[in-house]
Amino acid sequence: MTAKIRPAKGSPYARIHGVGGYRPTRVVPNEEILQHIDSSDEWIRSRSGIVTRHWAGPDETVAEMTLEASGKAIADAGLTADQIGTVIISTVSHFKQTPAIATEIAHRLGAGTAAAFDISAACAGFGYGLTIAKSLVVEGSADYVLVVGVERLSDLTDLSDRSTAFLFGDGAGAVVVGPATEPGIGPTRWGSEGDKADVISQTVSWEAYREHRVEKFPALRQEGQTVFRWAVYEMARVAQEALDAAGVAPDELDVFIPHQANMRIIDSMVKTLKLPEHVTVARDVETTGNTSAASIPLAMERLLATGQARSGDTALVIGFGAGLVYASTVVTLP
Amino acid sequence: MAATKEEIITGLAEIVNEIAGIPTEDVKEEKSFTDDLDVDSLSMVEVVVAAEERFNVKIPDDDVKNLQTVGDAAKYVLDHQG
Repeated sequence: MTAKIRPAKGSPYARIHGVGGYRPTRVVPNEEILQHIDSSDEWIRSRSGIVTRHWAGPDETVAEMTLEASGKAIADAGLTADQIGTVIISTVSHFKQTPAIATEIAHRLGAGTAAAFDISAACAGFGYGLTIAKSLVVEGSADYVLVVGVERLSDLTDLSDRSTAFLFGDGAGAVVVGPATEPGIGPTRWGSEGDKADVISQTVSWEAYREHRVEKFPALRQEGQTVFRWAVYEMARVAQEALDAAGVAPDELDVFIPHQANMRIIDSMVKTLKLPEHVTVARDVETTGNTSAASIPLAMERLLATGQARSGDTALVIGFGAGLVYASTVVTLP
Repeated sequence: MAATKEEIITGLAEIVNEIAGIPTEDVKEEKSFTDDLDVDSLSMVEVVVAAEERFNVKIPDDDVKNLQTVGDAAKYVLDHQG
């Protein structure tokens, strides 16, 4: 017989309850990068807006950075780790694939038997994780979901590639998503464009490296002009769609937090989107570099910590990167 | 109606002025975008997208690298405008 199945009972809505970040202690200025490439501080700044980035030391592993950021996010939410029902970790730079690092994090945080898994959505990873978390809370599979973007991109940086050596940084950003009486996370506009898989990618597979078909350790590479064009024009359209889907007018927006890929992309996106003057724009890339999945929560945390944004502000977020993949939504800041 | 070569160069000069702040009178047919006009690779993308909209052409990324001078871009637009 087909029994009647009782569905889970979720919350009517979800919101971000807390945010936390971790930046490695070592700050790397452009001068240090210039020991490896024929370039200049002026050139790096004019092409990327990056002045410094943080690179992790041996003890600042993906797990340790994740634990730091997560602890802060859980405390910021006014919760304890045992209240976390699901842990979602987005990373492309944790070099041990099995088991998922999320299980170690759940255990070490004290989240008991929380469901835990990793996702791979590159620089859109935070938006992908946020969307899954919102769905879990609303559907009823978890009360509180920890979403972390964490990267050690310095491990995947080719210091001899003058177009990317200065771009990447390390760090972790975390949020806790949970129940809400009002919508705090809007509809997500997300997708993938697998026909552009070669535009941003790992130089070679691990298999090729293992079999000594290549000598150089795998690194990230990208076609700068193509990425710029796609990000500025296509992603501005996606961000506009996310605003429209949330029913939020540009005048109602307080903050814009795009993936911190490059200041030139951020500036041009702002111009293309015609955002009003009053909107605060995250420009964390200047001192953090591009930290892929970690960039949006790190920028969010810094805007709130420095008073540039306030709890309750309405923010448009958009992540975009290797895949190509993208995800954009409107959130109420915690 | 399709634009003439002179109209295209005038239009490109206005675009380069808007994006890179170069005086329009400096934007001449023989000038190189990168070497003479200080238009870097990312600004070039903005110039190309603005030119696409203004002249109703499609300029794929693969073709952008061949547009070294203002004259190259004008000829490309002239040959491809819809």
